[in-house]
Amino acid sequence: MRRFATLALALLALGAGPRSGFETMTPELQAMQRDDFANPGMLWVAEGEALFQRQGCTGCHTPAQMVGVAARYPVFDAGRDGPIDLAGRIAQCREQRQGAAPLPTESPEALALAAYVANQSRGLPLAPDPDPRLDPARRQGEALFRERRGQLNLSCAQCHDDNAGRRLAGSAIPEGHANGYPLYRLEWQGLGSLRRRLRSCMVGVRSEPFPPDAPEYLALEAYLAMRARGLVVETPAIRP
Amino acid sequence: MRAACAALLLWAAPVLAQPAAFQVVGDTIPASLTGTPGDAARGRAIVTTRQRGLCLLCHSGPFPEEPFQGDLAPSLAGAGARLTKGQLRLRLVDGRRLNPATLMPAYYSTEGLVRVGRAWQGRTVLSAEEIEDVVAFLVTLQE
Repeated sequence: MRRFATLALALLALGAGPRSGFETMTPELQAMQRDDFANPGMLWVAEGEALFQRQGCTGCHTPAQMVGVAARYPVFDAGRDGPIDLAGRIAQCREQRQGAAPLPTESPEALALAAYVANQSRGLPLAPDPDPRLDPARRQGEALFRERRGQLNLSCAQCHDDNAGRRLAGSAIPEGHANGYPLYRLEWQGLGSLRRRLRSCMVGVRSEPFPPDAPEYLALEAYLAMRARGLVVETPAIRP
Repeated sequence: MRAACAALLLWAAPVLAQPAAFQVVGDTIPASLTGTPGDAARGRAIVTTRQRGLCLLCHSGPFPEEPFQGDLAPSLAGAGARLTKGQLRLRLVDGRRLNPATLMPAYYSTEGLVRVGRAWQGRTVLSAEEIEDVVAFLVTLQE
């Protein structure tokens, strides 16, 4: 927690908060993200809306009740005694409350539902769950963020904190904020989750990605939400 | 970012051998890792082939044919005037010996690394021959 405070003070001193990757995109990409008819991520949002109706989510939830939900996640889940992220909550709802077969993690349907729910919070500032029971996960996430790893021996922080704004080869390094997931990456030609992005970076530094359901992802997600607090939800964001 | 990440991924040819022993003297490794001098032309190819040397992800240099160069680290221009062969060799082999916080990967070490990917375990980024080729090239960068 002391690190959060130090970071917050440093940012206040600079008069600058976290900066969304949106700010450093080309005007063309910014325009594409802003225009719902040009933003390819909206195809997943539309599919998610149809699934939300068809799969019975509306039996308990109205779309209006979904406003602001994604801005709070990950939250503390008493049953798991730890954090749960939005995709995890949707999967949990299906399995435990609907008795439905789980959607495969990061399947197109799971991404579409998450994109639809998160899109209901678009434009709202990230306001992470203040529950102190999340602190251990946040601390673990920050430690993972700062840990050098892989054959190239690089940490997330070395690029996205220390060298954000500089160029890795020809590409500007963003601050790496998780305020638009699931998002559409031109590189992927599709919508993808924050976990997919984290795995790409891990593989990029030639490290072994954590197994798909490892608690390390939730810890990183919980830390990243705190790190990006105040930025507005952009789902579905577009990134190069 | 796509090109940069692809570059990090593509160089899949393994360097299997454990690093050979070498002697550090001051801030140098005075002797060639292979016992023979490297080849500067091959070294230039390693430096400018992003998938191989990875150098231009972080460094820029006098390579007009390479449009995408990094600015996380000093330019390689004049590297041969600033540093001796032995100094360059140690900085490539394992810069952590001089600055534990250095951003630069150790190109000829398998020690002190965390969660190295399965495909890379027990392998150095470059082979001893490749290190010598890069050193031979960098000393030619006099201005």
